[in-house]
Amino acid sequence: MRNISVNEIIETVKKLCIEANCILNDDVYNAIECSKCSETSPIGKEILCQLTKNADIAKSENMPICQDTGMAIVFVEIGQEVHITDGLLTDAINEGVRRGYTEGYLRKSVVSDPFIRTNTKDNTPAIIHYNIVSGDKIKITVAPKGFGSENMSHVYMLKPSDGIEGAKKAILETVREAGPNPCPPMVVGVGCGGNFEMSAYLAKKALLRKIGSHSEKPHIREMEEELLEKMNNLGIGPQGLGGNTTVLGVNIETFATHIAGMPIAINISCHVTRHAEAEI
Amino acid sequence: MSINITTPLTKEKTANLKAGDIVNLTGTIYTSRDAAHKRMIEEYEKTGKFPFDMENTIIYYAGPSPAKPNQVIGSAGPTTSGRMDAYAPFMIEKGETGMIGKGARNENVINAMKKHTAVYFGATGGAGALISSHIKKCELIAYEDLGAEAVYKLYVENFPLVVIIDCEGNNLYETEKLKYQK
Repeated sequence: MRNISVNEIIETVKKLCIEANCILNDDVYNAIECSKCSETSPIGKEILCQLTKNADIAKSENMPICQDTGMAIVFVEIGQEVHITDGLLTDAINEGVRRGYTEGYLRKSVVSDPFIRTNTKDNTPAIIHYNIVSGDKIKITVAPKGFGSENMSHVYMLKPSDGIEGAKKAILETVREAGPNPCPPMVVGVGCGGNFEMSAYLAKKALLRKIGSHSEKPHIREMEEELLEKMNNLGIGPQGLGGNTTVLGVNIETFATHIAGMPIAINISCHVTRHAEAEI
Repeated sequence: MSINITTPLTKEKTANLKAGDIVNLTGTIYTSRDAAHKRMIEEYEKTGKFPFDMENTIIYYAGPSPAKPNQVIGSAGPTTSGRMDAYAPFMIEKGETGMIGKGARNENVINAMKKHTAVYFGATGGAGALISSHIKKCELIAYEDLGAEAVYKLYVENFPLVVIIDCEGNNLYETEKLKYQK
């Protein structure tokens, strides 16, 4: 067993919250940069230039790329040889979020109840997904997610007879409906299979994959490529002002499912698709 | 070519703006999102007043991130406007002439804009750090308890905007998409 103190976890989560919100990952930055050349709409091009300029300012001033610094989604892979000391892991993650959002001047966007809506004032609680893996390390990924794009997401409980074409149609329709709202160019995370909640979890997890990466399964890779092309032919463009840069990447994750079902979840993300990770 | 616009945004000015115009806005605007809109309307119904004069005013749908000690304001990009569709026709009727946000508006809002000569501007969503550099003054004027959702009075200089929907109801989201659809 290897002992890891919660104090180290608190510091790591704090640092990751700030880093994820202030530094746009290279893959997203480069994808925006590349799309400047292929974008045919003059206003679309102008918007893309604003987006990289914005990311440059955010990085140099150490300020949030977007004011919606999101809810903190935390993925934790815990090696089963790890022993957490000095406190509870979940409490430590929330303490890290609290410190990151307070000390990093990030926006506190969490309310304690969906109906009473009182701001918790420190952006907690985080949404945490645990996974037990082999080894004696902990890998923590912080993926803050704003709600402009989150609100455009969907879960469809399709029938097996809808097939892969039915799935593609549902995914494309979700992007079409989202239109200008989720701050395009978007990144589209898709979860196929599993059950109701598993599909949504996979869709979220798919957003952690690098832009330009593809599924190892040939039929899924083909689906990713076909959908990307079709989405960029919708005409929505940067900020919905027209153009051919509507989506930067489509990442699809799959899981086994039941004989009677075909759940498809689509988690839309904006051009500020954020995640930062560290291993302890 | 961009058009320089200053506040107050009178109806003479809005009548001349067309969907697709690139605008640099200078002057005073007010932030308000879901919770502040709801509260402003409740306050108006009780007292007959808003926390600021609504006549010829622009509301910016935004909830900025906190300012660091050396900053006027933190990141301050627009939020999705559709959530304010339930409240916007009331504000327009009471004198609001401009809205700044991002994303689609519903028919009720567009009809109110046509009736009262108001415009809807788009700011670049997710460009909060860049937009922040155009905000020169920021003053909290109402509902401090709402945190990021409080009402702030901002003084902006050359805030880059696009007219998305003009007072005749022309909608850039609809017209531009068709040009690039394949």
